[in-house]
Amino acid sequence: MTASERILTGEHFMLGDHACAEGALAAGLDFFACYPITPSTEVAERLSHRMPKLGASFLQMEDELGSMAAIVGASVAGARAMTATSGPGFSLMMENVGLAAMMEAPCVVVDVMRGSPSTGLPTAVGQGDVMQVRWGSHGDYSIVAYCPNSPQECFDLTIKAFNTADHYRIPTFVMLDEVVGHMTERVVIPDAKEIPFSGRKRPSTPPTDGRFLPFQAAGDGVPPMAHAGEGYKLHFTGLTHDERGYPALTPEAHVALVRRLVDKVRLNAPAIVEHEELMLDDAEVVIVAFGCTSRSARRAVHLAREQGVRAGLLRPITLWPFPEERVRRQLRTRGLRRFVVAELNMGQMSREVERLTQLPVLRVNHPGGAMLRPEDILEAVLR
Amino acid sequence: MTPTKAAGASSHPLDSLFRADRLPHILCPGCGIGPAMQCYTQAMVESGIPLERQVCVSGIGCSGRVAGYVNIDSYHTTHGRAIPFALGVAVARPELRVTVFSGDGDLISIGGNHFMHSARRNVDLTVICINNFNYGMTGGQAGPTTPPGAKATTAPYGNAERPFNLPYLAAAVGATFVARWTALHVRQLKDTMVRALRKQGFSFIEILAPCPTGFGRPNDIGEGLDEMNRYRTRCVVNHKAPLHELDVDLREIEEPIVLGNFVDRDRPHYRPPMIQRSPAEEHGTAGDRWAAQRPAGMEGTE
Repeated sequence: MTASERILTGEHFMLGDHACAEGALAAGLDFFACYPITPSTEVAERLSHRMPKLGASFLQMEDELGSMAAIVGASVAGARAMTATSGPGFSLMMENVGLAAMMEAPCVVVDVMRGSPSTGLPTAVGQGDVMQVRWGSHGDYSIVAYCPNSPQECFDLTIKAFNTADHYRIPTFVMLDEVVGHMTERVVIPDAKEIPFSGRKRPSTPPTDGRFLPFQAAGDGVPPMAHAGEGYKLHFTGLTHDERGYPALTPEAHVALVRRLVDKVRLNAPAIVEHEELMLDDAEVVIVAFGCTSRSARRAVHLAREQGVRAGLLRPITLWPFPEERVRRQLRTRGLRRFVVAELNMGQMSREVERLTQLPVLRVNHPGGAMLRPEDILEAVLR
Repeated sequence: MTPTKAAGASSHPLDSLFRADRLPHILCPGCGIGPAMQCYTQAMVESGIPLERQVCVSGIGCSGRVAGYVNIDSYHTTHGRAIPFALGVAVARPELRVTVFSGDGDLISIGGNHFMHSARRNVDLTVICINNFNYGMTGGQAGPTTPPGAKATTAPYGNAERPFNLPYLAAAVGATFVARWTALHVRQLKDTMVRALRKQGFSFIEILAPCPTGFGRPNDIGEGLDEMNRYRTRCVVNHKAPLHELDVDLREIEEPIVLGNFVDRDRPHYRPPMIQRSPAEEHGTAGDRWAAQRPAGMEGTE
């Protein structure tokens, strides 16, 4: 294995935030714009050190409104673009998350979650952005949100977030929490040729023949993407638009556009959804947990099994789309008694499980500040 | 309503610079955005910069609709965020010449922070700001350029606030080129736009423009032509005017309105930090990655 300047092939003992930055570089990050905010700052610091040596653009912006707008602009010009933030900045970014969805501008947002709401607990863990990442901008659109639970996954899922963003022309999210972002563990970075890369679908007709319609989608709902400066005389707008990209302020155009934006992910969910499972085959109690909480939950599964209770763990890797088909399949397991949903918020993910089952769903949660302990989760499993 | 063409005017030299299938435009009779937009298209051509390398970015409002009419790569973004969006385009593809065309409310009120910081950084952008002293699109509300005492739909007793002097502001925060013209002074305006498009760094052009519907009517200015007439009788050109004396009050009949190219200075324009490396060592830049996927015939249009 040989390391290049951009891809640090080899074994590392690495911070989660740094692994996220390295994953972005390995994915071909061209453009990063951010505003410093705890506990995501290490992503920016790492990139400010690395990007200038790679011919890639690192920008510290005046605020998160500008950061998000800048990465959407870079994206339509053909860049692989990313920003990193935490809850308060994430709230400000929601305006242009909607623009990215509407312009179908692929981009990646890293959100390192801390105790919230408002300024909350800047330096302590939380998982309160579950619903904001899905519904934070006004209206209906679709996104994909990955939730790593280790520095290795911070690296791997950031790469995946870029490929998914480009494939579906959507904003994607890498949702760390403070514990995962500030955790240092072994990270293996593979050879450059083993880094998966799948880019954007591109126009198949040259600009000269004038036949290219920038928002005409194929069967998968995803239009090929032309970039600024290629001669297509593009028009992109946040207004409801037709296949030419021109404003079309009619109910018919609105229904067609928004339905397609939502369906891009909804109909392709089977190809997108990822989860990890532990001892679900015979589970009578299923714990659902993501991020740092899933690490406590894993321990709780083993503790419960030692005491004779058949516990299992379902860990969403894509928080959105939520692995609901896997939950539904679990409902057919003989002897299943209940779910335990453990998370560092007041029950945002619990609702996703509750709407799928008539079985009891026990909520083990608090709004952040410290991890849930395995014993906290175990108590609900044994109850 | 369907577009109608005057007898004998079956084509116009600038036709190819507009998206004919988007006309007629939404602008009111007497609005100053039309002449400003025509100056912009003329300047695009006269600048000598190939049209496929020019990009127009706008925000929200009447002036923000210009991006939808000019026939180049154009992006109509969110309210106030045209400048940081344009920065993203300009930094990702430095070979492109990016112009922000928007209004005073969009650029200076909700987008004021981005305006200030992009000028400070001296980002390579031309910012064209239509100043019509009010929020036209939403029906004539007061904004940060509304003169004191002027009536607006959210200032029925007269505006109680002090407005910005935009050239003074732009110069103070670092713009390397600062000018003001009106929608009447189309030759000077077009020439100034050509200069701005050719200049590296953050250039700023304020265009005073009639908004008879939103601002003229409640302030007894009359039709668009009447406001143009005020420009004709009251404007003086003084390129060396002290910047702090450039306040505008359309209602004060005696006060001159000062126009000119006030600032033209050179400063290094913004580039993200780069530690020099040979291109072979780089994984790729935004321009390069998709080149392999570019269909034949995509280069060298126009």
